[in-house]
Amino acid sequence: MASPAVGALRLRGAGLRAGAPVFANPLNAAALALIGAFAICAVLAPIVAPYDPLAQALGSRLEPPSPEHWLGTDQLGRDIASRLVYGARISLVIGIVVVALAGVFGTLVGLVAGYAGGLVDETLMRVTEVFLAFPPLILAMAIAGALGPSLTNAIIAIAAVTWAIYARLTRGQILSLRRREFVEAARAIGASRARILARHLLPNALAPLLIQASFDMGSAIISAAGLSFIGFGAQPPTPEWGVMISEGRNFISTQPWLSLFPGLAILFAVGSFNLLGDGLRDLFDPRLRRSV
Amino acid sequence: MRFLGFLARRILGIAAVMIGVSVITFAISHVIPADPAVAALGDHATAEQITAFRAEYHLDGPLSEQYLTYVGGLLHGDLGRSIRTRRAVADDLADSFPATLELSFAALLAAIVVGIPSGVWSAVFRGRPPDFVVRVLALIGGSIPVFWLGLIVIGLGYYQLGWFPGGGRIDLFVPPPPTRTGLYVVDSLLAGDLAALRSSLLHLVLPALTLGYFSTALIARMTRSSMLEVLGQDYIRTARAKGLRERVVIFRHGLRNALIPTVTIIGLTFGSLLSGAVLTETIFSWPGLGRYATASAVSLDFPAVLGVTLLAAVVYPLANLAVDIAYYWLDPRTQRG
Repeated sequence: MASPAVGALRLRGAGLRAGAPVFANPLNAAALALIGAFAICAVLAPIVAPYDPLAQALGSRLEPPSPEHWLGTDQLGRDIASRLVYGARISLVIGIVVVALAGVFGTLVGLVAGYAGGLVDETLMRVTEVFLAFPPLILAMAIAGALGPSLTNAIIAIAAVTWAIYARLTRGQILSLRRREFVEAARAIGASRARILARHLLPNALAPLLIQASFDMGSAIISAAGLSFIGFGAQPPTPEWGVMISEGRNFISTQPWLSLFPGLAILFAVGSFNLLGDGLRDLFDPRLRRSV
Repeated sequence: MRFLGFLARRILGIAAVMIGVSVITFAISHVIPADPAVAALGDHATAEQITAFRAEYHLDGPLSEQYLTYVGGLLHGDLGRSIRTRRAVADDLADSFPATLELSFAALLAAIVVGIPSGVWSAVFRGRPPDFVVRVLALIGGSIPVFWLGLIVIGLGYYQLGWFPGGGRIDLFVPPPPTRTGLYVVDSLLAGDLAALRSSLLHLVLPALTLGYFSTALIARMTRSSMLEVLGQDYIRTARAKGLRERVVIFRHGLRNALIPTVTIIGLTFGSLLSGAVLTETIFSWPGLGRYATASAVSLDFPAVLGVTLLAAVVYPLANLAVDIAYYWLDPRTQRG
């Protein structure tokens, strides 16, 4: 789980006092509590979920919420609460893998472009610009459609449309940092390029990347659910939230709980990552903290 | 002169990006594991049929040759032939693009009309209940899955209340207006056809609200934060000290200056509108680019997917160019730089 680790970070070089209470704001605390609950559901799914998420009980199809089935059952009699809990696991994995793939790749591209400068920078930034020109979901759909519909391919597709923003952010940070005195000093004492990049530039460029990562956890979850909803992501009977909404679509006028609860789960999960991103941004930028 | 130079640089930049865009989309649709010939003809197609199909769609040459053929056609406005509809992709796009444009404009209009006043309201009442309400609604707008919101909105507006139609662009029994722009609202106004106007407006309400919610949230947030920044400036204090009415201070002195970053955000939301349109159109059976793209991708119709992706990648930078031009005129400081 990335975010508590983020919370524990001493945010050096981000305009904060070392050890500043990162989550003193009650909204940030609420976001972290929600993310914590979400993570517990994901990790302890077999213990938390009251039923097997795939077990069908045709005798109890489309039951409304009740003490036996807190959130009701779906068209195959499967327990919706249990499917949601297992869905949390899938969504969390999607968020982490997308952010890790896109973040690492994009940051590397941005580091190289920002530090090398010249033709390398120009070429890499043009490629980045091309990726930023696509509306993300349309490109992700084209990639997922071409690779074949599956959750893994949806993750690859979303990472492929997400990395460019990290490249641009990192490059901007490196450009503003590389002429700073501490970098000149490191260079003067003979530090290698790799050491300057890894030990001096990257840690100081981390703040905006962490904020972006928090927002992208949410947007990756929403994009994957969207791709699954139109058939390019996870496939039934996987208890993925987008698949669940799609399966409940035909029952929206009669048994709305089939789609209602998975949608709320996405809303809360994405909302908590967005709140966390807002909180981190306010902390890193005191000017914004005053005005927003 | 300086403006022309700025415009030329931006257009050259867009052209360079377009070359990259065509390479990427082409690579995606030609290095796919699934065979488009088999996908189009079915598993029972004979080897001869597959060979003939590959020759017809230029799938039999080396990739570089296929790409050059494609770009050559592109320069003549030829986007290839759709495997699914058997029509020219350019014709399919021309048919479905106006529907998406109409939906996106309606969504953007709703977002501006609701988002800017909400942002102002929230800033003026900072820290009080109206501010709280706007901020919560904006947070929800930034986190809600558009396809789920669409279902909820249909459930309420169509099934429960029966106030609005549940899908499509116009009633089955109302003949569409004669095509001039392809935008039903505009065309029915031009034709003076009130029945078509009423029906197409009613059909727009639910999908436009669904699609526009995300942009509304973004615009409200941006307006709020730039209003707060502007309202703290010295010239606002001066305006108040002069005894101007609060309304004049907020709207004439505050909002006018706070709008510049909001205009940038409006341009940036255009990309999210196009992405959101894919899902919104699928839910509301809206016959636009999004639904066309989904249907094409499902049937591995790569010329069609390539066409939609290219068109979307042209529209997005052009929308940003329009914003930059607006910005250039709005903010004299950018003209000096």
